Amino acid sequence: MTKRSTWALPYAIFLVFFVALPLCLIIFYAFQDGAGNFTLDNFTKFFTDADAIGTFALSLEVAIENTAICILLGYPAAWILANKKLNKSAVTIVLFILPMWINALMRTLATAELFHMLGIQLGKGTLLIGMVYDYLPFMIYPIYNILNKMDKSYAEAAADLGATPWQVFWKVQVPLSMPGVISGVMMVFMPTVSTFAISEFLTNNKIKLFGTIIQENINSSMWNYGAALSLVMLVIIGITSLLQDNKKEDVSGGIV
Amino acid sequence: MKEHIIEFKNISKSFGDKCILNDVSLNVKKGEFLTILGPSGCGKTTLLRLLAGFGSPDSGEILINGENITDFPPHLRPVNTVFQRYALFPHLDVYENIAFGLKLQKMPTDAIDKRVRNVLKMVSLTDYEDRDVESLSGGQQQRVAIARAIANQPKVLLLDEPLAALDLKMRKDMQIELKEMHKKLGITFVYVTHDQEEALTLSDTIIVMNEGKIQQIGTPTDIYNEPQNAFVADFIGESNILNGKMIKDKLVEFVGHEFECVDEGFGENVDVDVVVRPEDIYIMNKVEGAQLTAKVKSCTFKGVHYEMFVDTDKGYELMIQDYNAFEPDSEVGLLIRPADIQVMHKERTCNTFEGEMVDETHVKFLYETFECLPQSGFAAGDKVKVEVAFSKIDLIDHPEDGMLSGDVYFLLYKGDHYHLTIMTDDGDHIWVDTNDIWDKGDLVGINIAPQDIKIVKCND
Repeated sequence: MTKRSTWALPYAIFLVFFVALPLCLIIFYAFQDGAGNFTLDNFTKFFTDADAIGTFALSLEVAIENTAICILLGYPAAWILANKKLNKSAVTIVLFILPMWINALMRTLATAELFHMLGIQLGKGTLLIGMVYDYLPFMIYPIYNILNKMDKSYAEAAADLGATPWQVFWKVQVPLSMPGVISGVMMVFMPTVSTFAISEFLTNNKIKLFGTIIQENINSSMWNYGAALSLVMLVIIGITSLLQDNKKEDVSGGIV
Repeated sequence: MKEHIIEFKNISKSFGDKCILNDVSLNVKKGEFLTILGPSGCGKTTLLRLLAGFGSPDSGEILINGENITDFPPHLRPVNTVFQRYALFPHLDVYENIAFGLKLQKMPTDAIDKRVRNVLKMVSLTDYEDRDVESLSGGQQQRVAIARAIANQPKVLLLDEPLAALDLKMRKDMQIELKEMHKKLGITFVYVTHDQEEALTLSDTIIVMNEGKIQQIGTPTDIYNEPQNAFVADFIGESNILNGKMIKDKLVEFVGHEFECVDEGFGENVDVDVVVRPEDIYIMNKVEGAQLTAKVKSCTFKGVHYEMFVDTDKGYELMIQDYNAFEPDSEVGLLIRPADIQVMHKERTCNTFEGEMVDETHVKFLYETFECLPQSGFAAGDKVKVEVAFSKIDLIDHPEDGMLSGDVYFLLYKGDHYHLTIMTDDGDHIWVDTNDIWDKGDLVGINIAPQDIKIVKCND
């Protein structure tokens, strides 16, 4: 038993207990009724319940909006940070990344308190602001990383071939930084779909997101319906990650 | 007289404190294959980048076709570049890479098609249109990079060490192809390389650069046969570089003997540098009739020729290349024809520094105060010229024990001693003659004895 593969044992145990087993349990519960019989009722209930579908659609909408805003704000920010002429110090980068070091829940609570102080009505607007604030660094960092590592000679070659700075940006730098954008999207879109704490604090539970319903169901011991909803969400997340797999490019820009 | 397509006028450029280009002026004739040759860090790539528009000179002007383009951004310049690392766009295939510039010009699709097929044929990559650039070998990527640059039909093609990343065999093939391409296209090529053989093979004109300055401009044969200074002689091909003395016109003395030569106009009894190429020394078994005798020290087979080192009768070491091998320890006779002796002015005969008197026995130069012999006729604060002979500078192993410290920047073997260029930590040059063996990059301490410091009054 001195084979190197035995070193992987703790990880295998971890994976079994904390990844594979819960996943199996979710699938197991999702296809059962309260008495333990096989059923598809949980899914028919979801797909025929206008309220649930509405929440689901709203969650997707909020997630897409949040991701879009993060790209619109994050790309220029990353571009400026990666541009050595505009940003000469590493401190500015740290300032952008710094919020990531603080617990998201605390930041959200603080944001809610801020809205309260300013007398701003909580609602979808505040929800989006809070989400963008929470997730923006996750968009900036991978894009910054890939722009920062990008060989300067691509831009030079494009300019040399007659591209104006604007054309260099759109025809070379943007396409080449897509892997960074995709990992940013992964890191922003997926957690937003499943979030529930942010919507709870920043809308006072006025707006319910998909995550909220799952949490409510499980809290009120509706394990089977909750599991079915979780499975639906997993599928959505699975589809988004396919987006990334289709691109063969290096996405090493991803992890912080 | 052909017209000049490119003119550099007094170009200077520094990055931080480091001067990269120092007042460089040069003209490029229309249609010629010009090579800028020099060791790394000599400023050749910077010069090319200034021409392409990546960066602007601190002073000076660049003209293309008589038009001042110094402040033009790269996309408005009628030049295209083949980059050292190719810089092919990885998100585009071969066709799209080549068509990139043409699409920007809004050329009709069928014209683009035709042009792309044409240039692909020219670089022998027909049928590679749809290939992913990253699936291509280094040589093929190189060809695509050239095709992309010539597709725009530039007036001048710039090539920045384009063959450096290829293996030897491929490099040789590409050299021939580039030369043919130049003939076919009829446009001006400006080629940057540190490979002297490549430069000699390809160019109509070679510019040898070192330390931000042009050392020599000439045809490959001029540069090889008549180097203007010791740097060029050493950099291009193998050579024996020796101290010599021009006794009178057509008579020069070196390695302890007098030789007839073809050079005139140096004056009488003037110190000069002498260059003799190793293949220009005739070596024979018989000693009678030889100009000097020598003993073979080593003999190495180099494929086409043998390379031998010999010690001459007066104790100088020479390198000789010959088709015949001569056994080590054998006595040989040597002959050098007058036309094969290249005599050059010495760039300097001693170290000269600008200094300032501190007091009667101290003088300040190179940011340090040195002790000197008591001087009369100088007041403290007087500006003076300080001269130190090459052989009077002490180099020591430990930089911290020297008045100054620096590193060995360049070295030249002169037959019986080494001539070193030391770069001090402050960026000044000191030239040293020594019998000790140092390597390039060695850190050294520098001392100068008081009696070796010669102080001369400044004229102004």
